[in-house]
Amino acid sequence: MTGPDAPAALRATGLGFRYRKRGGWALRDCEFTVPSGRITALVGRNGAGKSTLLHLAGGLLRADSGEIRVLDAAPGTPEARARVAVLTQDKPLYPRFTVADTLRMGEKLNSSWDRAAAERTVREGGIPLTARVGELSPGQRTRVALALALGKRPELLLLDEPMADLDPVARGEIMAALMAEAADRGMSILLSSHVLPELEQTCDWVLLLRNGRIELSEDAYALRESHAMLTGHADQADTLAARHTVVHRRTGGRQLTALVRQHGPLHGDWHVERPKLEDILIGYLQDDDMVRSVAAERTEAAA
Amino acid sequence: MEGDVVEYRIDRGSGVPAYVQIVEQTERALRMGTLKVGDKLPTAREVVAATAINPNTVLRAYRDMEQAGLVELRRGLGTFVTRSLARPGAEDDSPLRTELTDWTARARAAGLERADILALVTAALDAYDNEQGEHHEQHEHPSGDRERKEEDA
Repeated sequence: MTGPDAPAALRATGLGFRYRKRGGWALRDCEFTVPSGRITALVGRNGAGKSTLLHLAGGLLRADSGEIRVLDAAPGTPEARARVAVLTQDKPLYPRFTVADTLRMGEKLNSSWDRAAAERTVREGGIPLTARVGELSPGQRTRVALALALGKRPELLLLDEPMADLDPVARGEIMAALMAEAADRGMSILLSSHVLPELEQTCDWVLLLRNGRIELSEDAYALRESHAMLTGHADQADTLAARHTVVHRRTGGRQLTALVRQHGPLHGDWHVERPKLEDILIGYLQDDDMVRSVAAERTEAAA
Repeated sequence: MEGDVVEYRIDRGSGVPAYVQIVEQTERALRMGTLKVGDKLPTAREVVAATAINPNTVLRAYRDMEQAGLVELRRGLGTFVTRSLARPGAEDDSPLRTELTDWTARARAAGLERADILALVTAALDAYDNEQGEHHEQHEHPSGDRERKEEDA
């Protein structure tokens, strides 16, 4: 199911959304494809449109322009609902239900249900089935909500900052549980997060939103290989920008530090470092669009 | 018991891709003899459940090692070590070792500190590997090179 012929996990064409008819666009002209079997990081600053995108993909909101498809189905249709699970920030659980009741409810509400997977997810967190949901810690509640999502045996799992309120140990455990389930069945995951270091070793695809537009949709390894962090004399700035895309730059005195997307070999006298995924994402998220658009115009003119 | 032979530890802050860390740790275990021919490597599920890294990363590391002839993927059974990493070049009386001893003596005589020497060796190794890496890069990541190709066109 992860072969080249498998349908994309997500595909958006001209996708746009606004919360009020005459309001500003929360998402605009979004165009991207995420292959199936990927664990995708959805990153962006507050208000960039991450939650909106996840809600559209989960069928909880309807697009105002263009469309988004999940596993080649329209979000919200029975076909999509059977194969896609959504976990939003508010995690709708009944506090007075026991964990066992909650899982039974999941079993009743879903046509196909993997009781073993759901119970394993709960058990691995050391949560007694007899405990009431309202008495659980935030980490345990997240785990129960996750068990509910995984019990559906989804092919695509959408997670909106699932671990925002968890301590580091609980985050690690939940992430490990997620990865283990993904390993078992080649499930695709789309996960929004602000904790960039956490994404470094867990995500292999990056979807980066900036002011409601998609700025990156790319393989995480390829992203690392195509970018370089340079330090050198500032008088080389122009020749650098003429050939490569300068994503972000900082000048201090005569010294220039720049994150660039390389187009071919580097010339000039630079100290070159391979950036971490986090460095690259920060570079794209920072406010510095002027530099980048100028560089883009130049390369377009040269092409 | 099986799968307990090697336990991977992923350093998240190092900037070294996790699949490289897995390959390196496996090779080290093979060199030290803690992993032997016929041993079974942990499953992708076991590794990610313990380390919370991306399962595709583990599979990629295993695939790389299979291509290097170190392990074999037996369908439905797991991944098994097929070759030990006996290192003739690493023995005390090997020519490589002798050359390095001589070189170290010269570096010391030139006044280099331990850290200087290590940095020099690492830099030379990095430069060499980078050069090798660049030859492979293109066909390894065809999808990610989209933009680069457009620019070159």
